[in-house]
Amino acid sequence: MKIALCIAFVTTMASVAFATEIPQSERRSGYSFMSADTKAMQDEDTANPGMLFVLDGETLWKRKAGSADKACADCHNDARVSMKGIAAHYPAFEKALGRPVDLEGRINLCRTNHQQASPFAYESRELLALSAYVAQQSRGVPIAAGDDPELAPFVEKGRELFMQRQGQLNLGCTNCHDDNWDKKLAGSAITQGQPTGYPLYRLEWQSLGSLQRRLRACITGIRAQAYDYGSPELVELELYLKSRARGMPIETPAVRP
Amino acid sequence: MPSALINVPKKAKRGDIIEIKTLMSHIMETGYRHTASGDVVPRDIITSFTCRFNGTEVFRADLFPAIAANPFITFFTTVTESGKFEFEWIGDKGFSETAQASITVE
Repeated sequence: MKIALCIAFVTTMASVAFATEIPQSERRSGYSFMSADTKAMQDEDTANPGMLFVLDGETLWKRKAGSADKACADCHNDARVSMKGIAAHYPAFEKALGRPVDLEGRINLCRTNHQQASPFAYESRELLALSAYVAQQSRGVPIAAGDDPELAPFVEKGRELFMQRQGQLNLGCTNCHDDNWDKKLAGSAITQGQPTGYPLYRLEWQSLGSLQRRLRACITGIRAQAYDYGSPELVELELYLKSRARGMPIETPAVRP
Repeated sequence: MPSALINVPKKAKRGDIIEIKTLMSHIMETGYRHTASGDVVPRDIITSFTCRFNGTEVFRADLFPAIAANPFITFFTTVTESGKFEFEWIGDKGFSETAQASITVE
């Protein structure tokens, strides 16, 4: 009887295994999967190592750079006012490029176009610090990315990538993060992949890291060839994930195990 | 850009046990890792942390390669008078950082 039930259960699982998107009411931040200790680390600003990067970002915000000899603050003034809620709308459509750019991409566009400085390398301390500082101004603000109608085709492309099986393990993002988020993988929670706290401090990385780094790590995990940093595919995936998490509050800088 | 985050209560009653929390920005490179070409990544860690209250040492810790990046050190102490906590981190490659925080004892 038990075996029959099991078989019935497995068959049901298999029949719903494709693209069962998570209902709004069941969406959960990665925070809710963490241990009490890790939650405490994120909750207290003097215990959260991500705040060290935010402090650096605040310094960089005011530092003049490039041949224009301008600081971010010279145009945008006080980030606590001008950047409030901004990160919630990223990735956003960039008319000049005709495609979406994420927050890191926007910062680097500002550097090349307005500061006339060289762009920061992906995952450099400077870029992480500045993006953490900007995103932290949106802490608690609901994610609102993907509203722009011009973004619709890119959200759809991101969704296709999310559903696409790939790599030697032949898995799509959805197979874990839509279908099995309530289970564990090697003792760790799988989570829903809601990007609420990026850039975030991962204890495993012993550093802050961007959403692109997280995505690349996941893609390597399914033994597929990861897209390059800054590639349109990664930005489209970011965009889809953000639109999927629309309405969830931003936690930057979050802490994750 | 080394930076520290310090959490010391602003006020306490005479004789209270207070908790002090410190977080220091540091990569804590172990010296046991190698690059893709096989070269050893040289050790770069904080080796010592000291806390003084009005000039008297109240807490000291030695740090080793197994300690994670951005060391978070918390400890308890008692306070009997108002004054200033001074924190000092010393490490490899001439690393030396200080921070301070004041407390009022009522």
